[in-house]
Amino acid sequence: MFAVLQFPGSNDDRDMVFAMKSVLGADARLVWHKDAELPAGTQSVLLPGGFSYGDYLRCGAMARFSPIMAAVTRFAAAGGPVLGTCNGFQVLCEAGLLPGALLRNRDLAFVCAPAYLRVERVAAPFTSRAIPAQVLQIPIKHGEGRYHVTPDELARLEADQQVVLRYCTPTGDVTEAVNPNGSVGNVAGVCNAAGNVMGLMPHPEHAVEALTGSTDGRVILGSLLDFVGAAR
Amino acid sequence: MTGLGAWHEPSVDHALAREHGLSDDEWHRILEILGRTPTFSELGIFSVMWSEHCSYKSSRVHLKNLPTTGPRQPAGSAGTVLVGPGEGAGAVSIGDGLAVIFKIESHNHPSFLSPTQGAATGVGGILRDIFSMGARPIASLDSIRFGPLDDPKHRHLLEGVVHGIGGYGNAVGVATVGGETSFHECYRGNILVNAFNLGIVEADEIFLGLATGIGNPVLYAGSKTGRDGIHGASLLASAEFDATSDAKRPTVQVGDPFTEKCLIEACLEAMRTGVIVGIQDMGAAGLTCSSFEMASRAETGIEMDLDRVPQRAANLSPYELLLSESQERMLLVTRVGEEQRVIDIFERWDLDAVVVGRVTGDGRMKVRWHGQTVVDIPVDPVAASAPMYDRKQSVPADLATRQKLDLAAILPESDPQAALAALLDSPNLGSKAWIFRQYDSLVQGNTVIGPGGDAALIRVKREDGTPTQKAVAMSVDCNPRWCWLDPHAGTIAAVAESARNVACTGARPLALTNCLNFGNPEKPEIMWELAESIRGLGEAAEALGTPVISGNVSLYNETSGRAIHPTPTIAVVGLLDDVERHAVSHFERAGLAIVLLGETRQELGGSEWLHLRRGLELGVPPSVDLAHELRLQRLLADVVAAGLVRTAHDVSTGGLAVALAECGFSGPAGVRIGAQVELVDGIRTDALLFGESTGRVLVATGSPDAVLERARAADVPAHRIGTTGGTRLVIGAWIDAELATLERIWARAIPRRLEQD
Repeated sequence: MFAVLQFPGSNDDRDMVFAMKSVLGADARLVWHKDAELPAGTQSVLLPGGFSYGDYLRCGAMARFSPIMAAVTRFAAAGGPVLGTCNGFQVLCEAGLLPGALLRNRDLAFVCAPAYLRVERVAAPFTSRAIPAQVLQIPIKHGEGRYHVTPDELARLEADQQVVLRYCTPTGDVTEAVNPNGSVGNVAGVCNAAGNVMGLMPHPEHAVEALTGSTDGRVILGSLLDFVGAAR
Repeated sequence: MTGLGAWHEPSVDHALAREHGLSDDEWHRILEILGRTPTFSELGIFSVMWSEHCSYKSSRVHLKNLPTTGPRQPAGSAGTVLVGPGEGAGAVSIGDGLAVIFKIESHNHPSFLSPTQGAATGVGGILRDIFSMGARPIASLDSIRFGPLDDPKHRHLLEGVVHGIGGYGNAVGVATVGGETSFHECYRGNILVNAFNLGIVEADEIFLGLATGIGNPVLYAGSKTGRDGIHGASLLASAEFDATSDAKRPTVQVGDPFTEKCLIEACLEAMRTGVIVGIQDMGAAGLTCSSFEMASRAETGIEMDLDRVPQRAANLSPYELLLSESQERMLLVTRVGEEQRVIDIFERWDLDAVVVGRVTGDGRMKVRWHGQTVVDIPVDPVAASAPMYDRKQSVPADLATRQKLDLAAILPESDPQAALAALLDSPNLGSKAWIFRQYDSLVQGNTVIGPGGDAALIRVKREDGTPTQKAVAMSVDCNPRWCWLDPHAGTIAAVAESARNVACTGARPLALTNCLNFGNPEKPEIMWELAESIRGLGEAAEALGTPVISGNVSLYNETSGRAIHPTPTIAVVGLLDDVERHAVSHFERAGLAIVLLGETRQELGGSEWLHLRRGLELGVPPSVDLAHELRLQRLLADVVAAGLVRTAHDVSTGGLAVALAECGFSGPAGVRIGAQVELVDGIRTDALLFGESTGRVLVATGSPDAVLERARAADVPAHRIGTTGGTRLVIGAWIDAELATLERIWARAIPRRLEQD
C-alpha cells in the first residue's frame, strides 16, 4: 500500500492517489499529517506537491515537524522507499532525508511548463523502468525549485550516482538554456546515498495519461510499483 | 483594555448617511422602515446592503429580462439549469447526476489600488462562491485588462495582478486554465480583473445559502475577523476613482490561500455529514450580507452575538465586526444539536468554527454586542426590497461619430506581410505565455486543453476521484472596442465568440455567466450603454440556448470622469460527452486540408488592423448572425464527434491571416506547421486577410469532402482554402513568411515590453 501524506496545504495529494490507484491500479490512500504512525501495510511513502502550511516560512520547513514525519524518517531508515515530488522534495530536504536545498527560481517567477528530463541513474526503486539517458517529458510547476548544493557536494553526489534526473533538451542535451530554474548541474531529482529516498521537482503524477499530455511519469511511479510488487 | 466597554456608537443623522453613500430618498426610506433613526451599526448595514455592488439597484430592472432557465428538456438531462442567478453561483446539469457550478466576478478597484492583493482576493472570493455550494472548484479563468504597456504603472499592474492570481490559485490547488488579457487606453485609470471559477458537484448535493429551521445554530467558520476591507463593497466598488482614491487602500482585503485551501477541504468534508442546512461565503459586506441574504431567502430571522465572533484585532467595534471583509470566512447553519460534528471537522483543519447565533422565526436581524442590542431591523426590507432605479438613459452624443467609417477613404494595406507582423506584435494578439506560465494549469490532473487554446477543456472526475468520459469546455471573451462602438451588437458578438470558442473543442455550449463592467450609471450615456448591452446579452443567450445562470455587475469604473469602454465579459461553459473526441486549436500534422467555415465579408469597423495600421477606432462592429452561429456550433460538435476534425480555431481579432499563423505555431513548444492558402474573393485584401467577420472557424481535416458535405447539410458556408505543411505560411501572393520568424514576433510581444524596466 502506498501512503500519500496529506499536509494542510498539500494540493497534489489527491492527484498522486489518482495516479497510483486509478491509473496504475495500486492500493494508495491519504495519510493525515497529524497521525503518529504510518498505516499497517505501508510499502512506500509518497510526499505530494503543494504548499504545506502555506510555505509562509520556507518551503517544507513547517511540514517536517508534523507528527507523521518521525514515522517517515523511521520508515526510510529501515530502507522503505520514500518519494517526494515538488513540495514533497522540499520537505525531504528540510527533514534531512535528502541532501541539498531548494531555493527561489533564478528569475524569481513561478513556472508551469513541460520539462524534459534525462535519466542519470537506472535503478530500483525509482527508475528501474527507464533505460540509461532516456528522456522523459514531465511537467514542472514551482516557484522555488532551484536545487542547491556546494560544488564539492555536487561532485560527490555525481560520483555516488545520487543525481537521478537532469533538465535537458528534447533530445537529451543538458544545457543551461533549458535549465528552468537555475538548479546546479541542471539537477531535477536526487536520491539519498542508500538510494531508497528520492526527491524531484517535476510532477510524475501529472504525466500518467496521454489525454492530459504525457505518460512518462509512469516510468518513475511504475518503477516504484514494480519494486513494491516485488517486495510483496 | 477598557476602551470598548465605554465605547458608544456615534450618533446618526442625515449628514452621516450621505457620507455612507446613501441618497436622500434612501435615508427617508430607512426612517420609514425602522420608524426611528438607525443606530450607527444599522446605518452601516443599510449602506452596504443598498450599495450598487450588493443590491444591483441600477441594473436589476434590466437584468430581470435575461433568459435564466434555457430551453425546456427532460429533467436531469445535460443543460438543465439547477440554480439560476441570485445564489452564490449558478448550477447546470451535465448529465449522469453531475452538475457544474460557475460564476465570474469583478475585483477591479481593489486590483488597481493593490494589484497583488486585489487580484488574489478576487480569486479567493469566487472560489468561495463555488465551494460554498458543495462543489469542488476545478478550474479558473481570468479576464484582465490594463492600460498600454508603455506606461510603467501598467507594467507594474500587470505584473502585480499576475502575481496575485498565480500566488493564490497555485497555492489553493485549483488550476488556472485560461483567460484573456488586453490593453487599451481606456483602462489607464481603471484596470479590470474579472475572475471566473467552475466546480463539479453531485446534482442532488448542491448547498444553498439558506438559514432554515427555527432554533438551528448559526456558525461562523474560517479566518478570524480583522479590520480589513471595511466598506470595500460600498465605498470602493460603488464609487468612481478620483485623486483621493489612494486613501482607500485600507479598504482592500488581504488574502490567505493556505487558509482557503483548508477551508475548501473542511467545508466539503463537513457537507458530507449531512447536518449542514445552509452555507454562504462572507464576501462583500462580510457577516452582514451573508446573514441577511441567508435569512431573507429562507424567510426567517437571525439573532447573533458579536462577542462570539473570532477576532484577530483588539477592540473591534460592532460596526467593524459587521462590515469587515476579512477573507476566507463562511457562515453556516446546521441542524440543532449536531453542530459539534461540523466544529470537529473544522478543528481538525485548524480552523475556527463557533456558534455565533441561531435562526429565529420573527423575520428580524437582532445583533447583540457587549450585552447591548446594536441592530434590530426587519430582514426583508433590507435584503429583498432594496431600492431599484430605472435610471435615465441617453444615446451618447458622439455615437454617430464613433460609428462613421467610410471605407473608401481608408488607404488600402500596401504591405500585408508587415501588417501581419505588426498584428502579431500587438500585446492584444501576442502570446500570453509570459502570463500563464506563472499559473499552475495542471493541478487536479484534468487539463486536456490548458491556457493558449480557444477554450480550456477539463476532464470531469467525481469527488471520489473516479474519472468520467465527460469534459467541460470554457472560454471568457469580450471585445470592448466593439462594445464601445455598439454595446448591443458588441455584447451579442461577445456571447457568440465565447460560445464559438467552446464549440471549437467539440463541446456543446450549455450556459453562461457574465461580468458587466461599466462606468457611472448615474450618467445617462453610461446607463444607455449598460441597458443596450444587457439587451444584447439577453437576445444572444436566448438565440444560442445558453441561459444566463450567474453574473456580476461592476459599475463606477471611471477615474476623474473618464469611463472605461463598456466591457461585458462573457464566459460560456460547454459539455463534451466523450473527452477522447475533441479538437485542439493548432495544426497537428502536415498534409491536412484547411477548410474555412463561415463567410468573410468586407468588415473592418472596430478591427485591430484599423487601429494598428490606420490609428482609427471607428465604424460598426462586424455583424453577427446568431442562427448561423448555432448551425456552426452544431456542425463543429458533429465533425469533431465523427472524428473528421482534430483542429478547429476561431477566426477573431486580427482576422484570417493571424488565425492561420496561430494554428501553425501555438501547439507544443517547438512544433511548427506551415500552410499554403489561396483565397478567392471580391473584397478588399485587407478585409480579406485582417477583417474580423464573425461566425468563422478554421478546421484542418484529412477528409475534406466529408466535412464539406456535412457543412452543406448543416447550411454552413464552407470552402477548402489550403493545405497544412512546410515551415512557411503562404497566403496567395500577399504573405510568404517563415513561421519561426512570425512565432518569435508573437512570443516576444509582451516580454519585450516588460523588459523596458
